[in-house]
Amino acid sequence: MIDIHPSLLFFFAAVLACVLRGHVRSAMMLAVPVFGALNLWQIGGSLTLTTSFLGYTLEPLRIDDLSILFGYLFHLAAFIAIIFSLHVKDTVQHVSALTYIGSAIGAVFAGDLLTLFIFWEIMAVSSAFLIWARRSDRSYHSAMRYLIIHVLSGVLLLAGALFIFRDTGSLAFNEIGLGTTGGWLVFIAFGIKAAFPFFHNWLTDAYPESTPTGAVFLSAFTTKAAVYALARGYAGTEILIYIGAAMTCFPIFYAVIENDLRRVLAYSMINQIGFMVVGIGIGTALAVNGAVAHAFNDVIFKGLLFMAMGAVLHVTGRMNGSDLGGLYKKMPITTILCIVGAASISAFPLFSGFVSKSMVMSAALKEGYDWVWICLLFASAGVFHHAGIKIPYFAFFAHDANIKAKEPPFNMLVAMGIAAVLCVAIGCYPHVLYNMLPNEYEYTAYDTTHVLAQLQILFFSAMAFVWLNLKGLYPPELPSINIDIEWFYRRVIPCSVRCGLAMAVPAYKATTGFITGLFRKVVIGNLLRHHGEHGVLSRAWPIGSMVLWVAVLLCLYIILYHV
Amino acid sequence: MASKKKNPSGKTYFFDKQENINLVLRVFYVLCALLFAADFVINREIYHSWEKLPGFYAIFGFVACVLLVLAATQMRKVLMRDEDYYTKQEDAKPTKKKDGK
Repeated sequence: MIDIHPSLLFFFAAVLACVLRGHVRSAMMLAVPVFGALNLWQIGGSLTLTTSFLGYTLEPLRIDDLSILFGYLFHLAAFIAIIFSLHVKDTVQHVSALTYIGSAIGAVFAGDLLTLFIFWEIMAVSSAFLIWARRSDRSYHSAMRYLIIHVLSGVLLLAGALFIFRDTGSLAFNEIGLGTTGGWLVFIAFGIKAAFPFFHNWLTDAYPESTPTGAVFLSAFTTKAAVYALARGYAGTEILIYIGAAMTCFPIFYAVIENDLRRVLAYSMINQIGFMVVGIGIGTALAVNGAVAHAFNDVIFKGLLFMAMGAVLHVTGRMNGSDLGGLYKKMPITTILCIVGAASISAFPLFSGFVSKSMVMSAALKEGYDWVWICLLFASAGVFHHAGIKIPYFAFFAHDANIKAKEPPFNMLVAMGIAAVLCVAIGCYPHVLYNMLPNEYEYTAYDTTHVLAQLQILFFSAMAFVWLNLKGLYPPELPSINIDIEWFYRRVIPCSVRCGLAMAVPAYKATTGFITGLFRKVVIGNLLRHHGEHGVLSRAWPIGSMVLWVAVLLCLYIILYHV
Repeated sequence: MASKKKNPSGKTYFFDKQENINLVLRVFYVLCALLFAADFVINREIYHSWEKLPGFYAIFGFVACVLLVLAATQMRKVLMRDEDYYTKQEDAKPTKKKDGK
């Protein structure tokens, strides 16, 4: 029996958060994800709620094996992120975060494309406030770009949904495929949210500009909702394998030379989503299970890393690798928790990344995608390099930047602690996670081959780091930014418009100047000559001459009349 | 992890001492050697012909990371800009809103 739609609970909490303050609000916010999860548990395994709106059959709530896993995941992520942000006094952040969580949960439980579209757009707008809440000039512009791109994604989704409705007569959100125009439009809409290559820049632009706590919320929901949507609509679509492989590889180059450590995490996020996209593209039971399991783990370990960096930003006010270093002395607990996250994302055996990433890689090899497997292997080594080593090393070790710092507030440590425990627990007892996966498939992560191969690749990647560092070949952290696709819409297009205007304005002025000059010369000049001061028509004539001329005209008239 | 540390305040931390760094590195080298040697002792299951090469994963990991870093360093020449590269342009705009409240 349904008590309440899972997302309504969070929307209701968002309204309450507007009016409540202090400990009462904290308690309410902590209770919401717990009640939400209990509510979901009570609803149970599978359920569809159907309703009719303006003649369309809608399914505002559809719970099945795939969506319920994401539902639980989002409740868990919400719980951890809310603990992490309890010290924040800013009402805007709490309200937008709760709305954002509610809409993300609504999106994964949407059984039709129209409901999905509505939650998709609420998600875009509410999450933008987590970026605006930083209240700086940069974050204002960044959130604007973020919002424009996400609203575009929503518009494409709606257009695609209408095409699909015209073709099939149904708005149901099931397997879509790329056979139709509508299918492609929805695919691109999902692709924008999942940060496909060329559409990825909103992520690396906006997440590092959000508030220290906002980034933790942002990292958990938007992209994972997109991964869910892809798994629902496009499992087994081959093009996803190559898109995913590209996503795993190109961001690691950027991550190595990026200075802002939260931007490094944003790039590594694209890399991790790449693994999920490959899994969805392969589409076999093992691959989809791997993709979903990896999404589950990624929310936790990427959340942990964003929390660790958020804690550093909160305490020191800095986020650039070039300004940080040596913090292990002042923030030992944060350091250890960050290393747990780093070990998880690097897929060290006994940490959570290992048990899910290897599923996707095994599936790629099993289905004969050798080159894709090599890309994934390269990406695994690369992710250890930039997320596993670079993040903890430049923040907590490296040169001692002598920054004033202390451990972050207690609630931040608790949130990071919970995430770290989950990372290790899932890594050690993967069957708890495996049993929740949508497809029936027996998989063993811990055999000698997997463990040995993974340890070798990780240790020798670390060896490469040590060697390059000792040789002085490792690129130093420099205060800089690197241009990416956003260069086109932040530089090329505005510059072309500006240059175009710079050329057009003088041309316009010259043309109008020429025309008015001509007008003045010909029309005004002639008028002046005849009607001006000495013009023949403006002379003073005596009355006698006027009478004479009247007489002449009358004579002329009489003559003409009689002729 | 290797780096030379200065001694900031009176207290000496673990990585402030060069001998501790050397110790950590030596343990790390030994572990690497053991892992490489394990390939000759333990029979890995082979799914792909490239995996037959002894130490395939170790060599791949090392080479991939070195290439990654060297390529990324070269990319800096093309991609790197000043920190205010975009904001300079945005600030130049005459009408600009102050914040997002």
